[in-house]
Amino acid sequence: MATGGGAYSYSLTVFSPSGKLVQIEHALAAVSQGTTSLATNGIVIATEKKTSSLLIDDSMIERVAVVCPNIGIVYSGMGPDFRILVTKARKSAQAYWKVHGEYPPTKVLTQEIANIMQQATQSGGVRPYGVSLLVAGWDINRGPTLYQVDPSGSFWAWKASAIGKNMVNAKTFLEKRYNDDISLEDAIHTALLTLKEGFEGQMTEKTIEIGVVTVPSPAELEVGKVEGTGRFKATFRKLTEEEVRDYLSL
Amino acid sequence: MSIMDYNGGSVIAMVGKDCVAIASDLRLGVQSLSIASDFQKIFPVTDRIFVGLPGLATDVTTLHEQFRYRVNMYTIKEEREIEPEAFTALVSSTLYEKRFGPYFIEPVIAGMQKLPNGGYAPFIAGTDVIGCINFAKDLIVAGTASEKLFGVAEGLWEPDLEADDLFETISQSLLNAVDRDAYSGWGAIVHVITKDKVVTRTLKGRMD
Repeated sequence: MATGGGAYSYSLTVFSPSGKLVQIEHALAAVSQGTTSLATNGIVIATEKKTSSLLIDDSMIERVAVVCPNIGIVYSGMGPDFRILVTKARKSAQAYWKVHGEYPPTKVLTQEIANIMQQATQSGGVRPYGVSLLVAGWDINRGPTLYQVDPSGSFWAWKASAIGKNMVNAKTFLEKRYNDDISLEDAIHTALLTLKEGFEGQMTEKTIEIGVVTVPSPAELEVGKVEGTGRFKATFRKLTEEEVRDYLSL
Repeated sequence: MSIMDYNGGSVIAMVGKDCVAIASDLRLGVQSLSIASDFQKIFPVTDRIFVGLPGLATDVTTLHEQFRYRVNMYTIKEEREIEPEAFTALVSSTLYEKRFGPYFIEPVIAGMQKLPNGGYAPFIAGTDVIGCINFAKDLIVAGTASEKLFGVAEGLWEPDLEADDLFETISQSLLNAVDRDAYSGWGAIVHVITKDKVVTRTLKGRMD
């Protein structure tokens, strides 16, 4: 018998007498052991990427993922589970594109991901995904937005938030630093400062990852699709190592 | 005889200055036998979008219901109204789902598209039976009188027509084209869409 949960800790689809689904709480515990990820204003998402050994080639590790040209996600928790969710989210975004001729708004994609995660709490033979996600994106409807998705499948919109090991401290820090009209540059620095709180080891371009949402200017919106490509300019992108190094040195 | 011509009927759409118009005849027939003179083939999608569905009458009804369902689901899920371009993509993918047993309909879409700066631009498009999209800058024709509609409309249409002139142009194009087609006619309906209102007029035509 598992410790703590008693008879209710195995079957994921059985409520405990106190009304809890114990496996989902365990999944949240897995998340809170994961490295810290955070986002501010729905325009910057940042995370630390730690390696257990200096022999690991850290250039292969990806913790911020681009889902479609306007949306990116970062996670805390189990890496393999995140990869599966990224694959599913990308497929969902392409399926949406095939039907509507445009990429999904951030909220719609978040709902899709949340649905996938919810299904894993009610299906037989599976366990919940051991990750929390921060989904950041831009769409014409709502502008830049940020959502958090939990293993239970519940999701919320944030102005700024953090998940993972240091989330409580990071959130307190963000609460102090947050204001509504902040520039992209300032937001990146706020994100870096927040990450620095409780960062173990040296913060370098190799040990953190940053994704940014750039809000298109009215002029860019006027132009619409980029000449010759038939695509809109991407509004979500990951910062290169060089860019991260430049921000860290400032 | 093609199943596309079984019930008869035609639709035309035109772009004007800050407005679009879409019009159809009102005939429903079974080959040369006329059954009804009030058969609607154009349906509102939102306040600013109309879709015309000329072709096999049974598929007019089926597709109308299908589009209503999909647009309603879109509106609920996205918490916003669908725009003409996205609706056209939706029409296209709905038709292509039946690539090897198509609906016998050639849809025509007309609407005012919201721009990022808050303004509106006229939008028209048509597709074939399997959903290949034709984004036209001037006009779209479809149905049993499409060849005749092309001829008249190409002659009458000019760029930047005001709403009143556009109404006159589309009405004359339609009425004169369907008079040369045994399967279209028996009255017509015209919708002129501007950014804040739609003017709908029913026209009398030859009843022979």
